[in-house]
Amino acid sequence: MSHPGEPTITGSSVADGRAAAATATTADAAQPDAATASAPAPGWSPAGVRSRNWARLPLGLIIPAALLAAWQVASSSGMFTVVQLPPPAMVLAAAGELVERGQLGTHIAISTQRVLIGFLVGAALGLVLGATVGLSRLADALLAPTIGALRAVPSLAWVPLLILWMKIGEDSKVTLIIIGAFFPVFTTVSLALRHVDRNLVEAARAFGLKGIRLLTTVQLPAVVPAVFSGLRLALAQAWLFLVAAELIASSMGLGFLLIDSQNNGRTDRLLLAIVMLAVIGKITDALLGLAEKWAVKRWA
Amino acid sequence: MTAVLSPLPAGAGSAHAPALPVSFQGLRRTFGSGSAAHTVLRDVTFDVAAGEVLAILGPSGCGKSTLLRAAAGLDYPSAGAVVIEDSPVHGIDSRCAFAFQEPRLLPWHTLQANIAIGLPAGSSAKEGKAKVARLLELVGLQDFAKHRPREVSGGMAQRTSLARALARNPGVLLLDEPFGALDALTRIKMQDLLLDVHRAEPTTVLLVTHDVDEALQLADRIIVLGPDAKGQGATIVRTIEVPGRRPRERASAELAHLRSSLLETLGVVGH
Ligand SMILES: Nc1ncnc2c1ncn2[C@@H]1O[C@H](COP(=O)(O)OP(=O)(O)OP(=O)(O)O)[C@@H](O)[C@H]1O
Ligand SMILES: [Mg+2]
Repeated sequence: MSHPGEPTITGSSVADGRAAAATATTADAAQPDAATASAPAPGWSPAGVRSRNWARLPLGLIIPAALLAAWQVASSSGMFTVVQLPPPAMVLAAAGELVERGQLGTHIAISTQRVLIGFLVGAALGLVLGATVGLSRLADALLAPTIGALRAVPSLAWVPLLILWMKIGEDSKVTLIIIGAFFPVFTTVSLALRHVDRNLVEAARAFGLKGIRLLTTVQLPAVVPAVFSGLRLALAQAWLFLVAAELIASSMGLGFLLIDSQNNGRTDRLLLAIVMLAVIGKITDALLGLAEKWAVKRWA
Repeated sequence: MTAVLSPLPAGAGSAHAPALPVSFQGLRRTFGSGSAAHTVLRDVTFDVAAGEVLAILGPSGCGKSTLLRAAAGLDYPSAGAVVIEDSPVHGIDSRCAFAFQEPRLLPWHTLQANIAIGLPAGSSAKEGKAKVARLLELVGLQDFAKHRPREVSGGMAQRTSLARALARNPGVLLLDEPFGALDALTRIKMQDLLLDVHRAEPTTVLLVTHDVDEALQLADRIIVLGPDAKGQGATIVRTIEVPGRRPRERASAELAHLRSSLLETLGVVGH
């Protein structure tokens, strides 16, 4: 069932060249699922499975801890100047300072808000249009070429136009994120719907199911795994485009913190912004992963 | 398996559709077009009486499933028509219920929910629930009601698929090798079950099978599809009235004679 999703992911990343990071995120996020799915195979004792799950979290923390240590060593060994690579403690201090001034929370809140709105709207549009194109040959013939051509435009190319039309405000940033989140969902959903097991659809139709009932009974449940791989790609794209939008023009947000720190030579804040992006991005992806687990258990 | 053989509570409160006569009239089915055209069935003409059990035999790939699909309205013949009672089949026909060659169960539904898909439109929730429970017991799966298809064996899935078709109380029951995936013992039980169901609610049954004994055991009449000499698609090469009332003695000499004669028609000599 997850099969139809696969070519889509490669397809969209090849088309855009920018989704490589997103693909990596999804692949890495998908692995735990594969591991847990194969865990209850005969021969595995329940205790063994449980201890494996317990081992997961510490195992995942080994590399971040090693990176932190290497960072500390590199910054204190004199290999780099403090401007090039401030030590972790300085970054922590910068975080403390920004929190005290109430700025870090604001940057994070505004960035998260932009991503969530853009992701939700883009994903919803992607679901609706993807379902339309995936289910209706007419809609496919009518819409697919246009949407395909729009997808071929590297999304950052829209920036000047968006700024011209909407000025430098929330609208232009959120719109860019909507564009970024739309395509992965649209592509995975439309392709997956086209590849739903014909035999199952035929069997359901033979028993009188059609229209909305056929959609909700057969087609949608069949594409649940693909929908989620699309959503996770879309979320990664949303963060990508958030930073792009904020780097280009903004006065708040983590992207602004990045560019502002660069201009002021505050490498500690710059690193802080990167760490925050990693942490929040991972948290949002993990939340989506939880929803996926629930949905797959329910439907797949 | 006394549970299976226990008499059906006839109708069990649910009105069942009356058996309907089916008529195949000059059916032809050609796949592809131009030079790739490939005629699978041609000149298939026969009538099935209301309530009759008709078995369809034929070598693999001769078009048996295609024939049933035409009756269900899942496929359009290239020429000719299938007429159920007075009206020709055009598009998916609610008078038929189909048990496919593969179980085709929805993987995300329980067996119980899969069987409920077969319930005719407009049956009340309470009525439907009782009927599904009764069918589950009938096919010996009452303990697996809440299982998903991937958690049961292939034979159990096929029995679920049969139950789903029975849930419909159809005027015409189309069975495409419904017992193909079953072991010999379960197969005999399911054959008896089908006869019980038919006795309690005598619907018209079109049964595709590759098992000559099964056909002899269950059918009033057997048609054999086979390629004609010119190789221009399969058509009916033989029709046999099966003697004797059901249930028939499996070891009867008369059936044994018919059996070897049928096998000869199918091209298997020396049995
Ligand atoms: N949709 C299709 N497109 C092209 N050819 C088809 C299609 N469906 C069936 N055929 C062809 O029709 C022929 C008969 O198929 P069918 O499934 O009816 O055979 P069958 O008698 O049921 O065989 P089996 O006993 O193996 O199930 C086959 O040669 C098959 O290739
Ligand atoms: Mg077949």
